[in-house]
Amino acid sequence: MAAPVLRSGCPGRCWVLAWVYGGSRHRRGSPAGSTSNWIRGQSSLAQQPLHTARKPRKGEHEWAAVVGLEIHAQISSNSKLFSGSQVCFAAPPNSLVSFFDASLPGTLPVLNRRCVEAAVMTGLALDCHINKKSLFDRKHYFYADLPAGYQITQQRLPIAVNGSLTYSLCVGKKRSQVTTRTVRVKQIQLEQDSGKSLHDDLRSQTLVDLNRAGVGLLELVLEPDMCCGEEAATAVRELQVILQALGTSQANMAEGQLRVDANISVHHPGEPLGVRTEVKNLNSFRFLAKAIDYEIQRQIKELENGGEILNETRSFDYKLGCTVPMRDKEGKQDYRFMPEPNLPPLLLYDATSLPAGADSQQVINIDQIRERLPELPSVTRERLVQQYGMLQEHSFTLLNEVGLLEFFQNVIKETRAEPKKVTSWVLNTFLGYLKQQNLAVRESPVTASALAELLDLLDSKVISSSAAKQVMDVKKGNPRAINKLIGLVRKATLSRADPAVIKAILEKKLSSC
Amino acid sequence: MWARAVWLGLRASLGGRRGFTCKADVQGSGRITADVIEHLERLALVDFGSREAVARLEKAIAFADRLHAVPTDGVEPMESVLEDRCLYLRSDNVVEGNCAEELLQNSHRVVEEYFVAPPGNISLPKLDEQEPFPHS
Repeated sequence: MAAPVLRSGCPGRCWVLAWVYGGSRHRRGSPAGSTSNWIRGQSSLAQQPLHTARKPRKGEHEWAAVVGLEIHAQISSNSKLFSGSQVCFAAPPNSLVSFFDASLPGTLPVLNRRCVEAAVMTGLALDCHINKKSLFDRKHYFYADLPAGYQITQQRLPIAVNGSLTYSLCVGKKRSQVTTRTVRVKQIQLEQDSGKSLHDDLRSQTLVDLNRAGVGLLELVLEPDMCCGEEAATAVRELQVILQALGTSQANMAEGQLRVDANISVHHPGEPLGVRTEVKNLNSFRFLAKAIDYEIQRQIKELENGGEILNETRSFDYKLGCTVPMRDKEGKQDYRFMPEPNLPPLLLYDATSLPAGADSQQVINIDQIRERLPELPSVTRERLVQQYGMLQEHSFTLLNEVGLLEFFQNVIKETRAEPKKVTSWVLNTFLGYLKQQNLAVRESPVTASALAELLDLLDSKVISSSAAKQVMDVKKGNPRAINKLIGLVRKATLSRADPAVIKAILEKKLSSC
Repeated sequence: MWARAVWLGLRASLGGRRGFTCKADVQGSGRITADVIEHLERLALVDFGSREAVARLEKAIAFADRLHAVPTDGVEPMESVLEDRCLYLRSDNVVEGNCAEELLQNSHRVVEEYFVAPPGNISLPKLDEQEPFPHS
């Protein structure tokens, strides 16, 4: 566990100065036990004497916040983790449910090979140690969307442990410096998703749709190495890009394919960690950072007012912009973990341990999966910087927009223009336009070929750059721009060309793109 | 004499192992406290309605405790009795589902194509408040 120290690279806003006068000391809540694997120091400080008058030196009562994350990513697969029903986002209620998913008696779980591969790929991408033997357990609790009354998970021995996730932050006054941070990945485990509950408060009932029940999830546990909302959101964003590059999860937060729970506590630097709260169901990036920062502030205010932090679960109220307690009853949940009696241990192999003559469909070779891993985003970015001489931040932008990298590479392929020119046009003009019109790359009326051709014209100085921008305007559907363009061409041909002919040629060229 | 040594050994190991029995704290006399009963009832939704039922539970625990008579020093615990079996891996194909009608027939109440459940978990009569355990 990282000791809480003053980190020189940490952005200034993560530290909150708090003046404490008159020698009052904060009561520390005793850390309540919890079912999560959060490691926390013991609050073993002797009771501070309540003196008066010692004025604190500047910086003495700074607060440090510590944020850990539990992320659930829905595995991108055709069928569910333990049954052959389909995985699909929008479908008629209860149409993608098998007898096993509905927990009818006599049904048994049958593990989906693709889900195991997805877990191994993700573990390898995050530098984890892959456990050659992992186990399945039952986690019991009652809720209408969990028909079996338990969830099959991997509590004792998960499939991957001890990895790390590296992400980059823009720091400094103008946010122009890029610095890297690392957060340790405690473990990755396979588990089942639950169904969906729709609460009908009017009729005092809950409607249950089990389409999602049994879908494979990867639970990724990130150690409390982050210190604020921005770091957490950036780490999650990087994880999302990695999962999408691997193809193991589409990780779309809006569709619930990526869900984040945060564990947050505050303490004085140099002192043991404080009591943590869990903030659940942060389902968008914007609210993720906001909720975490709110909770940090709430805890600091509470402690400064002499209150204490309860080891509780809270949720973020989007409308009010604050966290609220979720369970009104304290007392930890007893999940009564037990080994899943219907599943033997999951054994994985590598090139050296692969049993001879084994059915390839029935064994998973970690080394083979490692060889087939797609290029990871960090490697891609590095390659872009080296190959095209672009700035690091450009490489981030290219990878942060779905489809943009492919678009960029297609333009590069088809154009003679210099890579730096292409980068500039794609990231500024093209992307700027998309953002303005609120379009995704795949919805763009301007194709890669069109842009490539335009850049060729620009490169061979047939048209000027302002003319090129006009063409873009035309493509966007601005008819007056074509007249302007005609004017420019006329000027270029020293008024010798016939405007009607120019118009015809231009229109032909533009419509053929 | 050999038999007596074994018997003494059994008693010793039984006494020594007491501390590692199940979470439900069995008092010295072998009785289970009311707190534990309430806790179990809430967790497992089993109704220990009568003193008889609790006595039966105590007997069951005592019976299971006899397992501790077997010396297991230096023996690796098994994960499950299936642990030497092969875990079958299924191909990622869609072969099930599309039986909403059949499944909904099992439900007491149905609205459109949804199962209907109470608004939250219904607490047991003894507890004062409702216990919502919202999941996600």
